[in-house]
Amino acid sequence: MSTAGSTTGSTATRYDEAAIEADPTVPMIHIWRDFAGTPEQLFRAHTDPELFARWIGPEGMGATILEWDATNNGKWRYAGGDRFDQQQFFRGSFHTVSPEKIVQTFTWEGMPDAVALETVTFEDLGDGRTRLHAQSLCDSFEDRDMWLRESGMEIGVQQGYAALDRMLADGSL
Amino acid sequence: MFNRTVEERDGMTDQLSRVFAALADPTRRDMVARLTDGDATVGDLAAPYAVSIQAVSKHLKVLEEAGLVTRSRDAQRRPVHLEAEVFDLMTTWIERYRQRAEERYQRLDAVLARMNDDTTETELPQEGTAS
Repeated sequence: MSTAGSTTGSTATRYDEAAIEADPTVPMIHIWRDFAGTPEQLFRAHTDPELFARWIGPEGMGATILEWDATNNGKWRYAGGDRFDQQQFFRGSFHTVSPEKIVQTFTWEGMPDAVALETVTFEDLGDGRTRLHAQSLCDSFEDRDMWLRESGMEIGVQQGYAALDRMLADGSL
Repeated sequence: MFNRTVEERDGMTDQLSRVFAALADPTRRDMVARLTDGDATVGDLAAPYAVSIQAVSKHLKVLEEAGLVTRSRDAQRRPVHLEAEVFDLMTTWIERYRQRAEERYQRLDAVLARMNDDTTETELPQEGTAS
């Protein structure tokens, strides 16, 4: 992890690919990523339900938005299929919705008491690009690490399926 | 076969939780940082801190249980050794999480690209959302 951990965003650093940092002192995950677009466009992609459903995932499916009120004190809820084609439900509150900053809570309904506080900021880099900084403060290290592990498992299972595909193809099954 | 794989995976995740918990303490992080320079005795490790050897031994026990350090049985000094490969495991999990975030943001790239196209057209054909 070579990220500087700068929350103000040093323009010397470029995040053409997502950079991540798991804070060792508080149960927080930071992500930085630069986009070819304006802060206004990124804000729309995060607050317009139709646009949001197109990218949040999962791959190839998109999410189903069930409730969406992207205003201060508004709420949201959506469903996305997981790797077993099971519907998983997520919900939370929009605490603050402003053009350069969105503050919201995030809960996976499988563990509804574990609530993360998420802050997303859009910083204009001045060259038609915008830096997104997303920080997610989980309510315990256990909860934070579960998110880190869960995504690792998902890829592990995908690799498992790829291996199964190869075995089916080469006749070893 | 599948069950064994799940057990192995759970073993790995338990270790990762212990690693994160062990490194949540600033004194233990500092001790780990010092061990990257080479093996050290408990006395060496205790020297910079205003704490007892016993307190340092407690921290070492947590690091040992997380698999971050080992202590040789033979030598009388029983130097503490940092197990660097445990960090590789943690790095692997974080890298996989990063890859998923990157995949999500590449989809966002596509959404933004389409927004730019849309500004040149007044009407865009609406697609039904996935149900």
